[in-house]
Amino acid sequence: MTYETVIGLEVHAQLLTKTKIFCGCSTRFGQEPNSNTCPICLGMPGTLPVLNKKVVEYAMRMAHATHCRINRTSTWARKNYFYPDLPKGYQITQFDHPLAEAGYVDIETGGVKKRIGITRIHMEEDAGKSIHDDLSGSSYVDLNRAAVPLIEIVSEPDMRAPEEAAQYLRRLHEILVYLEICDGNMEEGSFRCDANISLRPEGQEAFGIRSELKNMNSFNNVQHALEYEILRQRAILERGDQVVQETRLWDASQGLTHSMRGKEEAHDYRYFPEPDLVPIVISDAWEEEIRAALPELPMEKRARFINKYGIPPYDAGVLTASRALADYYEEVVRLCERPKIASNWVMGDLLAYLNEAKLEIGESPVLPAALAQLIGIIGDGTISGKIAKEVFEGMWQSGKQPKEIVEEKGLVQITDTGELEKIVEGVLDAHQKQLEQYRAGKDQLFGFFVGQTMKATGGKANPEIVNELLKKKLSMS
Amino acid sequence: MKITTQEVGYVAHLARLDLSEDEKGTLTSQLNNILMYMDILNGVDTEGIQPMTHAISLGNVFRNDTEEKSIGVEMALANAPEGEMGFFGVPKIIE
Amino acid sequence: MELNRLTIHELQERLRDGTITSVEITESVYRRIASVEDRVHAYITLTQEAATEQARAADRRIQEGAGGALTGIPIALKDVLSTQGVRTTCGSRTLENFIPPYDATVVKKLKDAGAVFVGKTNMDEFAMGSSTETSRFGITKNPWDLERIPGGSSGGSAAAVAADECIASLGTDTGGSIRQPAALCGVVGLKPTYGRVSRFGLVAFASSLDQIGPITKDVEDCAIMMNAICGHDPQDSTSVPTEVPDYRTCLSRDIEGWTIGIPKEYFVEGVDPEIRASIDTAIKTLEGLGARCLDISLPHTEYCIATYYIIAPSEASSNLARYDGVRYGFRAPDGENLLDMYKKTRSSGFGAEVKRRIMIGTYSLSSGYYDAYYKKASQVRALIRDDFDRAFTKCDVILTPATPTPAFRIGEKMDDPLQMYLYDIFTLSANLAGVPGISVPCGYTKGGLPLGVQFMAGHFQEEKLLQIASAYEKNSDKEKRTPDL
Repeated sequence: MTYETVIGLEVHAQLLTKTKIFCGCSTRFGQEPNSNTCPICLGMPGTLPVLNKKVVEYAMRMAHATHCRINRTSTWARKNYFYPDLPKGYQITQFDHPLAEAGYVDIETGGVKKRIGITRIHMEEDAGKSIHDDLSGSSYVDLNRAAVPLIEIVSEPDMRAPEEAAQYLRRLHEILVYLEICDGNMEEGSFRCDANISLRPEGQEAFGIRSELKNMNSFNNVQHALEYEILRQRAILERGDQVVQETRLWDASQGLTHSMRGKEEAHDYRYFPEPDLVPIVISDAWEEEIRAALPELPMEKRARFINKYGIPPYDAGVLTASRALADYYEEVVRLCERPKIASNWVMGDLLAYLNEAKLEIGESPVLPAALAQLIGIIGDGTISGKIAKEVFEGMWQSGKQPKEIVEEKGLVQITDTGELEKIVEGVLDAHQKQLEQYRAGKDQLFGFFVGQTMKATGGKANPEIVNELLKKKLSMS
Repeated sequence: MKITTQEVGYVAHLARLDLSEDEKGTLTSQLNNILMYMDILNGVDTEGIQPMTHAISLGNVFRNDTEEKSIGVEMALANAPEGEMGFFGVPKIIE
Repeated sequence: MELNRLTIHELQERLRDGTITSVEITESVYRRIASVEDRVHAYITLTQEAATEQARAADRRIQEGAGGALTGIPIALKDVLSTQGVRTTCGSRTLENFIPPYDATVVKKLKDAGAVFVGKTNMDEFAMGSSTETSRFGITKNPWDLERIPGGSSGGSAAAVAADECIASLGTDTGGSIRQPAALCGVVGLKPTYGRVSRFGLVAFASSLDQIGPITKDVEDCAIMMNAICGHDPQDSTSVPTEVPDYRTCLSRDIEGWTIGIPKEYFVEGVDPEIRASIDTAIKTLEGLGARCLDISLPHTEYCIATYYIIAPSEASSNLARYDGVRYGFRAPDGENLLDMYKKTRSSGFGAEVKRRIMIGTYSLSSGYYDAYYKKASQVRALIRDDFDRAFTKCDVILTPATPTPAFRIGEKMDDPLQMYLYDIFTLSANLAGVPGISVPCGYTKGGLPLGVQFMAGHFQEEKLLQIASAYEKNSDKEKRTPDL
């Protein structure tokens, strides 16, 4: 029998506010344990939460970017459970009146476009971290992360393959980073994903029994875990057994999922309205203010790059991978007015050097103006494309302007026909044997003469002029 | 019976309370009495009534995203039954 | 005259004209404590050393011509209010050794006003009780009859004022915990409108019902305390940014032409005949001052107790989840693993009444019961509020007895929780509706136990309460007695 896979994702994104959701403690990562704490986020008796306005505004940005309907009134609830990293014994979250509902994200896999529905986006507080010491058997709790703001983005069960899930995640990630509301760091847990996956016989309407996958901290892990889970569930169904509804942990080192069965009890979270916080009421004016301040989103930018600069979709995709890279590219184009060449340089040499040096675009020693100048002097024939590579290396290392380097190293292209003519004659004189062979009909040797001429000029000869001169000389005698 | 001894045991577990058999027995009868009394509410027609979750109606109370000084690790751990190397210590977590 | 017997306004006059000092008042308060505290047991913690320092500082301030109405006045705090550096137990083993790193907003306000803090008063554990018998730290006795309860949960705060072991105190009121002990101890107690006083630093029992308020020797002192503690606090999202009037200005106004609502549901069987009689006398006195009484109805009154005893325990079950032995407070030493530690800690950290309420609340919120209990109660609560809204379109204030009977004997209701809950019958409706209420002494039983009359008003109408309470206080012909200790 053939089975259809059904996948829904729950994404938790940490918001890039300076302070926690309900108190003024810093959200900085990697601080000394429990140093970013105060009576409020420690859940001390008598303390009360007050909502950070930025959290609502950031969440509204995401709601807009994913085409959600923002609820006019949304409220807070308490989710009650005991765990040492949950200081109050309840998590403040949103339950029956979330901030936003009914949105979507468009994805494309294998050239096929698809719309993935978003059920809801709500705000909540993060928990702290527990560290388990296997030796002593004790656990240690650090509450620096407790009450750091999160948004949870819940998708509809609209995905039918692991690639779709990975693509959807990449789109969400890209949007969050574009909006500058999340740093998107999956390893540090700023962007986390849980997946619900089930299989059903092709053509069946009702969903199969699902498992919930956790502990996947990269896009690849998500895809691999889902692929593994499909095999596992299919094997169960083909045996005629039933899948058990449970939470499973992805083990990246072994490449399989483990059941948490027995380790997890049935939860009864006893949600009820949070009496310490009042409702959030969003006016049309506030919503419009947020919408108007929204940056151009990745999909829109991609389309614009294709149309405006005439670059291929692939280039547009690479160049819009981050807002900073897209801005860099646009600045280069603005200065040199050669979009395709600019695209080649940015995607080629620049990204290669950056990757090699493990630098972000914002840290590049070659600034857009310098790259534009380089493209300019290639275009006006001052240097050849080949020399330009050498100049770029110099720019990368010294941070100098290309013209400066060209001058220092005397790299200006030789375009003087008289001078080149002498050099070409010299090359032909020096290679009599090859000349004879050429004349005997071995046409391939034309390239050899070009190469020798370039070599003789240290690469500075204008290749077009060399070509012309050689053709003339070789056909003459 | 509104609530059985077994349910009392389950609720106690949810609330992380350990009850002796004696306590369970007493609580079962007391809770039954109290819950029976609560039945009086069944006589009220609440169809379409918006639940009242706050004593006064307020909305949009916010703070600005401005950092305030934390109290420091020492203060944070001052009342902790077990504090080690800046962490709160707890016994083995069996999941 | 012993200084500790005087009121805030009497002492303030003498402090101003330089005839006494705050140090002298403070000394007289602690002398009184030394002589009666072993019988009354109003306090959990005394802070004499710090108080003496505060008194000296207040005296300097007064000498410089600065300071206000509370500068140099010894005040007691219910031990549910967070005090930086001074242990705050909530009457529980759980917080027996808990020393908060911060001050509650009201404590900060009183500190800024130059008040002197006598100590932390006894209370029912986590404010859950009507008699101050559930405290981990022993029972507070009613100063008028040491065999009887002082009321609760702010029994220590009321007894301390009644026994002149402080000049005034702060209590908290979730279902009557200020007004009821004030009535039983013969002092004035006011629960402000929900949102009028910041709850920041008030250790939560039921967050949507809790309010802090004063317990004082007379109505003028009550107004003085209200001036000091009311006002918006950015640290409490439920605190209301409404302007606070000067509550003293209304005290001299008369109540001619006022309409006093008498809700028939509060005058039913079960009300002690002596209380009935004293209320009737109070009504006559008020009519003599030009007020008109109007029979009104609060039709959902009979549902108040059931509603309250679902909502309050539900919120409490969540509020008390933080006492898990991890970050502060008591931890059972013999927990084998986390779950075992949680259960042992919470079972031996909390007393029987607290556990009972956690059980009721957890049950009411649990899957399958939420709609029938918590949600239903929240809907009925809306109807109860609507009753009050309607009533206040017809009358200025509502008058009721504060309690159904005078102070009962210690131990009398401890074995029957439901009987104890029913004792709050006249006070908890104000918390459900969020409206303010005041309890004012209105005579004594033949046996010499004090009685109280309660006034309630619409949201943020505390001035009306103080105005009618003051008018009544000045014109009631009841002689002023003090407990014989």
